[in-house]
Amino acid sequence: MKNFRLTPETSAHLALAVLLIAVLPLTLDSFWLANMGKYLAFAFVAVGVVLMWGYCGILSLGQGIFFGIGGYAMAMFLKLEASAPELPDFMVWSSVEVLPLWWEPAKSFTATIAAILILPVLIAFPFSYAIFKKRVSGVYFAIVTISLALTMTVLIVGQQGDTGGANGITDFRTLLGLNVISEASRTTIYFVEVALLLIITTLAAVLLHTRFGKILIAVRDREDRVRFSGYNTAMIKAFVFTVAAVLSSIGGALFTLQVGLVSPTLIGSVASVEMVIYAAMGGRLSVTGAVMGALIVGLMKSYLSEQFPQTWLFFLGAMFIIVVAFMPNGLAGAVQSVFRSRSSGKERA
Amino acid sequence: MNAAISHSTLDTTGLSTPRVLTVENLTVSFDGFKAVDDLSLSINERELRVIIGPNGAGKTTLLDMICGKTKPTSGSIRFRQRELSTMPEFEIVRLGVGRKFQNPSIYEDLTVSENLEISIPQVHGVWASILFKRTAAVKARIEAAAEQIMLADHLSAKAGLLSHGQKQWLEIGMLLMQEPELLLLDEPVAGMSPREREQTAELLRTIALGKTLVVIDHDMEFVKAIASKVSVLHQGKLLSEGTIDEVQNDARVIEVYLGH
Repeated sequence: MKNFRLTPETSAHLALAVLLIAVLPLTLDSFWLANMGKYLAFAFVAVGVVLMWGYCGILSLGQGIFFGIGGYAMAMFLKLEASAPELPDFMVWSSVEVLPLWWEPAKSFTATIAAILILPVLIAFPFSYAIFKKRVSGVYFAIVTISLALTMTVLIVGQQGDTGGANGITDFRTLLGLNVISEASRTTIYFVEVALLLIITTLAAVLLHTRFGKILIAVRDREDRVRFSGYNTAMIKAFVFTVAAVLSSIGGALFTLQVGLVSPTLIGSVASVEMVIYAAMGGRLSVTGAVMGALIVGLMKSYLSEQFPQTWLFFLGAMFIIVVAFMPNGLAGAVQSVFRSRSSGKERA
Repeated sequence: MNAAISHSTLDTTGLSTPRVLTVENLTVSFDGFKAVDDLSLSINERELRVIIGPNGAGKTTLLDMICGKTKPTSGSIRFRQRELSTMPEFEIVRLGVGRKFQNPSIYEDLTVSENLEISIPQVHGVWASILFKRTAAVKARIEAAAEQIMLADHLSAKAGLLSHGQKQWLEIGMLLMQEPELLLLDEPVAGMSPREREQTAELLRTIALGKTLVVIDHDMEFVKAIASKVSVLHQGKLLSEGTIDEVQNDARVIEVYLGH
């Protein structure tokens, strides 16, 4: 930061911070602020998608898997705390009599946080490294990931007694003794979420300015050439895929906390595709754009699904097609080109 | 450079001649078609070897196999006693073999300076490249390379905006940054103007002072300008080898190029 200049990118980050820290909390009531918190949970996923897809060219339609890992890990902890010393209600209904072994870690908050942060790494890294080493990429990789997202929902739905099945896990009360359902606590959760999100967007922006960030672009545009610059491209791609997975997992955990619910439909193949739409809509080359994309698409989803309960998905699909066809760099790209043409106009004048 | 020199002196005191690259009985077949057929050749320390031959002679395939892009069906490729034929590309590069492709193969969305920067070797790991610092030494090195490839005025331009010839030079510059001991260049002057060809020939002669080069080309003027020794390939086999005059007077070569 020797010669600090206010680049358009830094301005965008500052504007985003002001919007999330000041404008939204001051203008919205607590119901809508909590809703914003819900949309922002997807912003974590979208930032990961920007790094992975926008910059490194890896299209994953399975981000819901990792969103689900974080979401379920958090839900399991909250559920055990809410039902202790009894078993969770859905287990009782399915006549499960002892707590399944894989629920044991959910008794500890530390283990839960570790699961949210480390489990995605343990799954995403070996899986993706093996696949990228085989040089499976592009649409084939997208198909593999979307199938895995689908598989995961089938597994969860099938294991009703262990997972809550299609209804998911809900009915939480406290987090480490703190009430999580009151309006005040949801506002607190919102601010914690915003703080985390701003840290992550800043780190992501810094990462993109390093040599590693340039290598990501190089891999996206000419992976074969990068190998001949001496890089193990499978390692680079697996790393960025893993980063995106961890971000998704954090988003999932915050979603559960904010909304008080996790269920298979939130993490399945359709949800996973939606997560990519957030990034595409906001701008797949812009970290701040991705956050705005998550907010805007989230809002539109809420509005459209209320106004047009039967047909709202068509609107969402149309929106995606329009953005991809006419604004390949999303809203952020459109804003940038407006600013650019205005500033070049000034220079000419 | 020091390492290269000590290496060569080591080799000369040993039993063998200072060979950088030894290809033995190399064969690759694509669905039964042998693009390279039982080929053997060797390249000495700091030699500039040009490989010529009609289309489909297997020139590019040979380079592809040396740099790991194509895996041979049989035979061996040794670079300083290390077997390359089973190694992944990035390891071959890290040993000191650099490749320039026929079509300029650069990162169009990055600037000239960034293209050169990510070619700096020894920083290939994920963490190393995240923590990589653009020090004054790094900048000086990038500027020196840009100077050498005549792109010093274009450092902050997007590589995609360069002319075709400049892209070719940039890729040669990227290779130089890698500090390879052996450079494989596939038609480095393709699509260049006569003036650019001259400049490129000059550039390659400068580079060749400290390194070993293998160049594929069609342009006989250019070949004459740079080559010390020429190998002629035909139908995947070595047809002739020698100085440019020897090769041009070889009856078999004349037959292949002019006959039918």
